[in-house]
Amino acid sequence: MENGAGYGTVKRIIAGNGAFIALLVMLAIASAVYREFFTYSNMSNVLRQMSMVGLISVGMTLVILTAGIDLSVGATVAISAIIAAKLSSHGLIAPIVVPLLAGIAIGCANGLIVNNLKIVPFIATLAVQMAVRGVAYLLTDMRSIAVDRSAKTFIAIGRGYWLGVPIPVIVFLAVAAVVAFVCAKTSFGRSVYAIGGNEDAARMMGLRVKRDKLLCYAITGFLSAMAGVILCARLGAGQPVSGEGWEMDSIASVAIGGTLLAGGVGGIEKTICGVLIIGFIKNIINLQGDVNSYWQKIIMGIILLLVIIVQNKTFKKGTV
Amino acid sequence: MTGALSAYRIRKYGASVVLLFMVAINMAVTPNFTHINTLWNVCLQSFPVMMMAIGMTFVIATGGIDISVGSTMALSSIVLAKCLIFQHMPLWMSLVLALAAAAVFGLFNGILVGAFKFQPIVATLILMISGRGIAQLFNDGVVISFYGDEYSAIGVYRIGGLVPIQVVILAAAAALAMFLMRRTTFGCYVQAVGDNKQATYLAGVNTALVIVSVYVANALLAGLAASFETLRMCSADPNNIGKAIELDCIAAVAVGGTSMTGGRARLIGTITGALVMQLITTMVNMNNVPFAFSLVIKAAIIIVALYAQKEAA
Amino acid sequence: MDDDYIIEMTNISKRFPGVVALDNVDFRIRKGEVHVLMGENGAGKSTLIKILTGIYKQDSGGMTFEGRPFEPSNALDVQRAGISTIYQEISLIPQLSVAENIFIGREFKNFGVIDWKITHKKSSDLLGELGIDIDVASPLGSYGTAIQQMVAIARAISIEARLVVMDEPTSSLDEDEVRVLFGVIRKLKSSGIAVLFISHRLGEVFEISDRITVLKDGALVGEYETISLTRGELISKMVGRDAASILEGAGARSEKAREQFVRASGITSGRRLCGLDVAIGKGEVVGLAGLLGSGRTEFARVLFGVDKYDSGQITVNGKQVRFRMPKDAIRSGFAFCSEDRKTEGIIPHLSVRENILIASLKKVSRFGIISKSKQNEVADQYIDKLKIKTPGREQSMMNLSGGNQQKAILARWLCVKPQLVIMDEPTRGIDIGAKREIEGLIRQMAEDGISVLLISSEFEELVRNCDRIEVIRDGANMKTLVGPQISEEGIIRAIAGSDAPRDES
Repeated sequence: MENGAGYGTVKRIIAGNGAFIALLVMLAIASAVYREFFTYSNMSNVLRQMSMVGLISVGMTLVILTAGIDLSVGATVAISAIIAAKLSSHGLIAPIVVPLLAGIAIGCANGLIVNNLKIVPFIATLAVQMAVRGVAYLLTDMRSIAVDRSAKTFIAIGRGYWLGVPIPVIVFLAVAAVVAFVCAKTSFGRSVYAIGGNEDAARMMGLRVKRDKLLCYAITGFLSAMAGVILCARLGAGQPVSGEGWEMDSIASVAIGGTLLAGGVGGIEKTICGVLIIGFIKNIINLQGDVNSYWQKIIMGIILLLVIIVQNKTFKKGTV
Repeated sequence: MTGALSAYRIRKYGASVVLLFMVAINMAVTPNFTHINTLWNVCLQSFPVMMMAIGMTFVIATGGIDISVGSTMALSSIVLAKCLIFQHMPLWMSLVLALAAAAVFGLFNGILVGAFKFQPIVATLILMISGRGIAQLFNDGVVISFYGDEYSAIGVYRIGGLVPIQVVILAAAAALAMFLMRRTTFGCYVQAVGDNKQATYLAGVNTALVIVSVYVANALLAGLAASFETLRMCSADPNNIGKAIELDCIAAVAVGGTSMTGGRARLIGTITGALVMQLITTMVNMNNVPFAFSLVIKAAIIIVALYAQKEAA
Repeated sequence: MDDDYIIEMTNISKRFPGVVALDNVDFRIRKGEVHVLMGENGAGKSTLIKILTGIYKQDSGGMTFEGRPFEPSNALDVQRAGISTIYQEISLIPQLSVAENIFIGREFKNFGVIDWKITHKKSSDLLGELGIDIDVASPLGSYGTAIQQMVAIARAISIEARLVVMDEPTSSLDEDEVRVLFGVIRKLKSSGIAVLFISHRLGEVFEISDRITVLKDGALVGEYETISLTRGELISKMVGRDAASILEGAGARSEKAREQFVRASGITSGRRLCGLDVAIGKGEVVGLAGLLGSGRTEFARVLFGVDKYDSGQITVNGKQVRFRMPKDAIRSGFAFCSEDRKTEGIIPHLSVRENILIASLKKVSRFGIISKSKQNEVADQYIDKLKIKTPGREQSMMNLSGGNQQKAILARWLCVKPQLVIMDEPTRGIDIGAKREIEGLIRQMAEDGISVLLISSEFEELVRNCDRIEVIRDGANMKTLVGPQISEEGIIRAIAGSDAPRDES
């Protein structure tokens, strides 16, 4: 719009950081009301819990920025956790590397179906979700697979600490930082935004649209598998029903953070806010104690509603 | 010209061919498949998915999507059971209230998408997440079971002692939907909105109202499906009823040939798609094959069906 | 003298199911010249450009670029070879910054990390050369169409192209912007870069081009030096008809007193419309002349109830009205053909029948149930009356040509039995034959007592068809032209300001 930058800019800054502001407000209130909120044990617990969906959400952000979606992440968590559990007696490398490769393969399958068979991402990844979940059931005969008791180092991936910080949290933050940097500062990152903004234009500009979309799905598969490995190490078991509904949790995190599901607008830093908001809501409801857990869902819905109302007010009017 | 014709045929008849193929396979390998009770079972089991897939076809034809139908089912189910069992209301009143509750959800979705122009998937994600929470509030998340009660006969009632009541409801809903889509101004508006909303608006159509209507209709069908599922099972379980069912409905619509970006609606395709999915499950169950195989086969069918349509288009 | 040509395409053929888009076409461009490709819609211009830019692959024939065989497999190959393309619909990414739109895919990097400082600096410099000073870090979407077009050109220049292809670059620019664009084209030419240009505007073609290639129905008509052709000759080569019949004069223009139908007075909306007055009589064709951004389209949208206005009033037959949405306007007898046929006109996957009837379904239905026989009858009647070329009423709208789509949309509005038809650029992007038919329909409507508000950026079209022309600038009335005052020159003088006729030389 041509009318004035001033007012519009202020509004855009508020909208652009809505989730961050909401997060700060939430932290301030929670630490004032609940004494145990800002304690080491509570924080490390909360952060460790959210780190798995967090990892997936980082990948999901990339896919959503290209105007895609990935419903197969939950099933990928399950199958990678199962593979990790089955290989847990074979040293440390195999139970980590093999599930990650499986995750990349699933991601590539998504990307290839979307790119080459030209099936909309929602349906393509839904089919892959069914297939992967089916294979997870077949691999386990619907039973939980225990991690080998001697695999102490492997288990540390889920339960250990480094400098007092839970290892899953370190992994999540490191991954998020790297991907955020890639998004802002590399050709691939900008290409992701361009594809989501206008895929045809991106193609005409000579960007490698197919390759970059494939890469986004592959990264999401990889990160989902990473979440699966961590989950397996934490639970000491790989379960075929693991990760059910995580796709919606991560999509909600991305949306609450303020990334547009239409693609092209958003970012990893927003998603991290979204992940933290959801994690802290769950935590606060636990701390409150006398509130039923279904309030958690209702509050998440309300926050999502508020976020998209704010987004709508700023983005709808012609600018994007 | 022949190319265009065969493309048209794949879209129109593709799903039916797959259905016939599934029936043939089942007749060959599945014991007792031709028994009438097997048919009724297939219908009963696919009843909720089909009801909502019909509604979803309208929603998708407008270029939308509704991932909150599972939560809507949870709400209707618990409202029905509460009214019927705890408040001792007559059945018709309980049904009306259950449908009214569903309609409120539909209205909420419809207003967000139609009037405020939120992206459908995010708008309905809100109720997908919190709708089930709201349903759980009604009875503190506790299952209401009324097996052996005076109402336990309704859900398994067979008209003329033969045709399950659900089959009749389903047939009526399908017939009404097809009539609406093909022969009424509403059906034309639905498809026009999905194809080019702005042009339709400029042609004097109240597009917001059309969009609100399809979400309400879809929610009503979800409510109806939930009510009769609840009556058949003699229990209302807001925690689990309709979990992930939205994905089955959407898959049925997609396999049936309606474009996910809106436009031309293919209701017969949707119904065929839903039947195909159910037949896969039935085949796997009745042949003592692990249930997981049905997931893999369904995935393959979805991919092949959509690819064939794309190639044809 | 093969060295003279930067690109040579020989014996190019391309078929699509049911259509031969190009049949053994030869096409070549000299180094450093401005070359225009002309032809009616369906002549094969777009197909030829798409083959040249690697989007389609020809069925037969070959290309050489700077004397070497050239077989691009995608847009990137073409760009790397030194051919840069600016498409008709601006194909940039509104969410990204201006600088990114110029340099995406070729960012300045240190060890794979983008150096935003240099990228921004280079973008500012480049746009500066084009005479544009904007914040290159802002999202492209926050700027208007003309700026976006310039950014597309800046991108094209920045890849150091040897050949720049522009597909109707002026269709969304106003006159001043066209001046700037032509300045840029001359600059490109003087630095030895060839420009291939597609345009429907004859004036521009004669002003800027060195040579012209004409296509018709997928075949080559000929290749001409611009100075050796007259306008009439060029038109007859494009349409294969006698030039005189196309440029036939204005219809019988009457100044008779008319009963007023619609009156809009003091319409103000933001900064776009500043107290605009327009009155339309019954059966009168009123032209709204002005440059892009003058408020002509904005006024049409306000009048039809699409956009809101801050103040002013609209009366229909003397009664004040306030439309909340197009539906209300239609009820008052209004109809509106939007300038953007693709996004606001056609409903592509629905049938021609449904497209024609969408605005008047109530008339062929009872209690919401459509009468099949009635709707078929109405659809056939209008297909016949407007000579819409389609295999049948059930054909998908998207399979019709641009001109026939426009006629179908006109049929949609005639079905509602309108009293006022607002037409915003009704002939944009359609061939001369269909254009003439649509102009004929405008006159026909006026004779039938239907009022028409005609908006066109081709002033000669207004001159040919209007009984009265309202000239507007910056959202306000400049002058009303009636009778003998109506001429292209009169419009231009009125826009420039009545006392200061624009210096055209």
